[in-house]
Amino acid sequence: MITILGVSTQALFGQLLIGLINGSFYALLSLGLALIFGLLNIINFAHGALYMMGAFCAYFLLTKAGIGYWGALVIAPLLVGIFGSAIERLMISRLYQLDHIYGLLLTFGIALVVEGLFRIEYGSTGMSYPVPASLAGGDNLGFMFLPRYRAWVIVGSLAVCLGTWFLIEKTRLGSYLRAATENPDLVRAFGINVPLMITMTYGFGVGLAAFCGVMAAPIYQVSPQMGSELIIVVFAVVVIGGMGSIMGAILTGFLLGLVEGLTKVFYPEAANTVIFILMAIVLMIRPAGLFGTQK
Amino acid sequence: MTEQRQEALLSVEGLRAWYGESNVLHGVDFEVREGEVATLLGRNGAGKTTTLKSIMGMIAKRDGSIRFDGVELIRLPSNKVARLGVAFCPEERGIFSSLNVEENLLLPPKVRSDGLTMTQVLALFPNLQERSLSQGSKLSGGEQQMLAIGRILRTGARLLLLDEPTEGLAPVIVDQIRRTVLHLKSAGFTILLVEQNFRFAATVADRHYVMENGRVIDMILNEELQMRMPVLHRYLGV
Repeated sequence: MITILGVSTQALFGQLLIGLINGSFYALLSLGLALIFGLLNIINFAHGALYMMGAFCAYFLLTKAGIGYWGALVIAPLLVGIFGSAIERLMISRLYQLDHIYGLLLTFGIALVVEGLFRIEYGSTGMSYPVPASLAGGDNLGFMFLPRYRAWVIVGSLAVCLGTWFLIEKTRLGSYLRAATENPDLVRAFGINVPLMITMTYGFGVGLAAFCGVMAAPIYQVSPQMGSELIIVVFAVVVIGGMGSIMGAILTGFLLGLVEGLTKVFYPEAANTVIFILMAIVLMIRPAGLFGTQK
Repeated sequence: MTEQRQEALLSVEGLRAWYGESNVLHGVDFEVREGEVATLLGRNGAGKTTTLKSIMGMIAKRDGSIRFDGVELIRLPSNKVARLGVAFCPEERGIFSSLNVEENLLLPPKVRSDGLTMTQVLALFPNLQERSLSQGSKLSGGEQQMLAIGRILRTGARLLLLDEPTEGLAPVIVDQIRRTVLHLKSAGFTILLVEQNFRFAATVADRHYVMENGRVIDMILNEELQMRMPVLHRYLGV
């Protein structure tokens, strides 16, 4: 067996793969958070709960309607996106005139309520969700075994992240969004329905979270607390990356997944804390984050 | 007032506006006729900018009447006002720093089909052509002002609300803005201009409204300006 620094390549690449998978989820989730923060100026604490709803949506679609993984990958983000848009319209939109802390409290409350409702019905045990048949099995690459589903998660997430980046940085719609992030009143005075754009952006951001939840369902257990476990790390990722940049959120997500994976190989004791240590260091050196702009 | 047979494109009556609890406009009355350039003159804090923003629908708390081309605007949000053909160029220019010059120019959607073409806009402001891929934040003050005016000419808006377009600009740029305003007037645009610099205003406008403490207190036709200069000086405290 080949070893690098006393670690077998099999273990090393295995952990790097897990790191990239986690990185995909960090990227999808922090991307949505960055979009929402940019336009709505709220830190969406409900993001983890909406990610969990995405996974549950996939589970319900399969068990109650017989709709499989690929259907769920489209339907779950749509349903959760509509749910999110309704929340924005009915509740969050009432808070824009107030201090940011109210948006944070409201979305934190929404997260607790949503999680609580799922816990009443499903307790805290997880349900398993099968890997879609078309992606079952894996390939031996010589230096490691690559499960096909995991390869898909990385490629699929990367494609969605880059697609979102393109939409925002390179299209007309994206230029409206960037402009409204800077000066919503003026963009509205040009004839653009900014309140509608805000609702759609929130819906899109939480739709990304739900997409991520469906992606995660076959890998993790589908459980009510799956979101709150992940979202703490994602907030650390957002702090490290900074809120300003879409590409920054994507890169930081994947990068920190890899860092976490490597730490698991070389110093497993620190695997759960390495991101928070990095966060502390970044906060000391660049308080606005690696890609953020100082305000 | 026999000369006012011609229907006004914009008529403002009894306009009141508030920032939060503080009442800024106390009943503003004036009108602008089609194809005219009118200015709002007055000291700082007289309510000129608030009047423009109220017409544009950017001040949430307002009442009275603002009629544009026969349509009542007082209850419309700013995006609907813009769609009727009113465009606003703010005092701080409002160039989006995360967009390049071209994206800034293309940002305001077309509300009518008869606006200037991109080529015509760039012919008015050749500097913008050279800077088209620069970020908005990298422009000089004069270039920002040209961009801020240029981008609302494409939309097909008929009424342009320009808030202090010459503020802080070098004389050569002020001349260019003057030529632009006169060109737009001859092209049929109706323009309402807020100005501190009444020497500039005198060279472009047909009539001047003088504001004080949230009201229009006088109207001076441009041809009467020389004669009424002493009274204008008193109003403006210069």
